[in-house]
Amino acid sequence: MNSTLFDAYVADEKKIEPKDWMPDAYRKTLVRQISQHAHSEVVGMLPEANWISRAPSLKRKAILMAKVQDEAGHGLYLYSAAETLGVERDDLYLDLLEGKAKYSSIFNYPTQNWADIGAIGWLVDGAAIMNQVPLCKCSYGPYARAMVRVCKEESFHQRQGFQIMLVMTEGSAEQKAMAQDAMNRWWWPALMMFGPPDGDSPNSAQSMKWNIKRFSNDELRQKFVDMTVPQAELIGLTVPDADLKWNEQTGHYDFGEIDWSEFKRVIKGGGPCNVERLAACNKAWNDGAWVRQAATAYAEKKSSNATR
Amino acid sequence: MSSETKKKWPLWEVFIRSRQGLSHKHAGSLHAADAEMALENARDVYTRRNEGESLWVVEAVHIVASSPGDKSTYFDPANDKVYRHPTFYKLPDEVKHM
Repeated sequence: MNSTLFDAYVADEKKIEPKDWMPDAYRKTLVRQISQHAHSEVVGMLPEANWISRAPSLKRKAILMAKVQDEAGHGLYLYSAAETLGVERDDLYLDLLEGKAKYSSIFNYPTQNWADIGAIGWLVDGAAIMNQVPLCKCSYGPYARAMVRVCKEESFHQRQGFQIMLVMTEGSAEQKAMAQDAMNRWWWPALMMFGPPDGDSPNSAQSMKWNIKRFSNDELRQKFVDMTVPQAELIGLTVPDADLKWNEQTGHYDFGEIDWSEFKRVIKGGGPCNVERLAACNKAWNDGAWVRQAATAYAEKKSSNATR
Repeated sequence: MSSETKKKWPLWEVFIRSRQGLSHKHAGSLHAADAEMALENARDVYTRRNEGESLWVVEAVHIVASSPGDKSTYFDPANDKVYRHPTFYKLPDEVKHM
């Protein structure tokens, strides 16, 4: 196998498995993408965990805990997929803790009230699904298989979020205002989740050639807008975009300019919660150190007793 | 942290039997200090939605695998033995089912 044969092989919709030959750049791209994806799942637990203890009912609390538990699982599936490429999970995670690794910039925004939990499920998980469904057919087998599991579980996340928003928009004027306020704050960051515009996304072309990526950032963003706007209308929420308009000719919604300077600022660490998120991850890691050490010591003692 | 990183928890592969009558199927992997923890974590991570009725966990180092590089030559011997398939044998039309 060489690069040319490899390119033809994946272009033919064939799958690559862990020990197969692959170009270094393919391996590197996957490690970067899968680990960033895993970090996003892990950091993504934090904005939601903020509301577990303050969920409005026992039912909502149980649902939110199940969702946050799912996110931890998604992180694990993805770290496992990354490890098949010859990297260690702990090394990847230490990169996150030291601020060397990226994760989705959406999780650097705060969850100010309960409606934000609805908006995250509906919009953020909705955008994530849009990104993730095509990854189920990614050329790298372990990543594709992990994504199948993730997508199955994400669907519940999006529906529970939409349902929170639906209930709030049917509630009191204050509750409806909260839902609209959450929509106003999460709409644009959700659109940014698809990444920079195609013209400004240098790695996209190669990833599409390798069948890692199936649709461009702008294509997925457009699909998300087309899908979500009617849902917002259905529950009486206004999309915070004065330029949003149905385009009869293209059969799509036209929408306003995204503030890419904000996107870049948040990715570089200037978002409202970047510092807080990393501090929370570091605290959890350090607070859990004794548990990891105790489990290791216990396992060693047990195995040495067994061989005696 | 450095002494800790030297003693990493081993990697375990997880296999699930989705229901009685079917074989166990590979589901993914996880890290755990020992077999008991691997089983518990496998249950918590891989069977949250009734995916299975039975779990196997195997330490990944104990799995012996064929080499993907030799795939073509390794599995070659099966290629030219068409007589191993029932369709190789032509039967008279009178024989309806065999």
